[in-house]
Amino acid sequence: MVYLTRKCEFSASHYYHNPEFTEEENRRVFGKCANLNGHGHNYTLEVTVKGDVDPKTGFVVDLKDLKEILNREVLEALDHRHLNKEVPEFFRQIPTTENLAITIWNRLQSKLKVAKLHRVRVYEMPDLFVDFYGEA
Amino acid sequence: MKAHLTRRYIFSASHRLHCDELSEEQNREVYGKCNNPHGHGHNYALEVTVSGQVDAMTGMVCDLAELDETVRRGVLERFDHVNLNLCPEFAALVPTTEKLIETVFHILKQNFKAAHLEKVRLEETAMNSFEYCGN
Repeated sequence: MVYLTRKCEFSASHYYHNPEFTEEENRRVFGKCANLNGHGHNYTLEVTVKGDVDPKTGFVVDLKDLKEILNREVLEALDHRHLNKEVPEFFRQIPTTENLAITIWNRLQSKLKVAKLHRVRVYEMPDLFVDFYGEA
Repeated sequence: MKAHLTRRYIFSASHRLHCDELSEEQNREVYGKCNNPHGHGHNYALEVTVSGQVDAMTGMVCDLAELDETVRRGVLERFDHVNLNLCPEFAALVPTTEKLIETVFHILKQNFKAAHLEKVRLEETAMNSFEYCGN
């Protein structure tokens, strides 16, 4: 079993706001992130897949395929977008880094045919990242 | 859904690796440059990983401000810009990064209850890093 990690970047804006909270609760729980005018980040995404090395190709996964899936399923949907307004998963969910990692996992998992998705790591900033392993 | 959240912090401290139970020569042999009598310092990078269910109302594993505050009070205020050898935690311990990471883990374990403390990772330099999960 070998693990392969592909890294990419995307930039997006968001805000945190739960309509079930009062305005005061939103400000208390989400702080500056509750500003409804939004703000943005340069996100770094690391996708790790695992599998046996194919004896013919020496690959765990064809990187061209992985890149294409990443571009289509994740980057085109998220890069230079407003997460709350343009990404359906966040019409109701708050686009925290936690939910972003889960969303990216869900978008990729069914599309990967050869290797198995092991981990999605999303850096919101160099000093803050979330890992999701598909755990319930 | 269970997610792991990691936050990175920086602090700077000095230390000297020296064990009183070893001879001068043994200390030099074991610790090399780290045994130089006046000590030296590092910029330590600390990564704290916590895990838990993502809260449906907040979308978060835990309140980041609470984690920051616990690390600030428990670790950064205690170890940033100090000589580790003079800290009470290292009165009877050689302040290697192994001992420092165990100490940091136990401080955080005791003081942070909002999510499960999974792992602490400590970079002594860009080339050396240590991980401790509490066992």
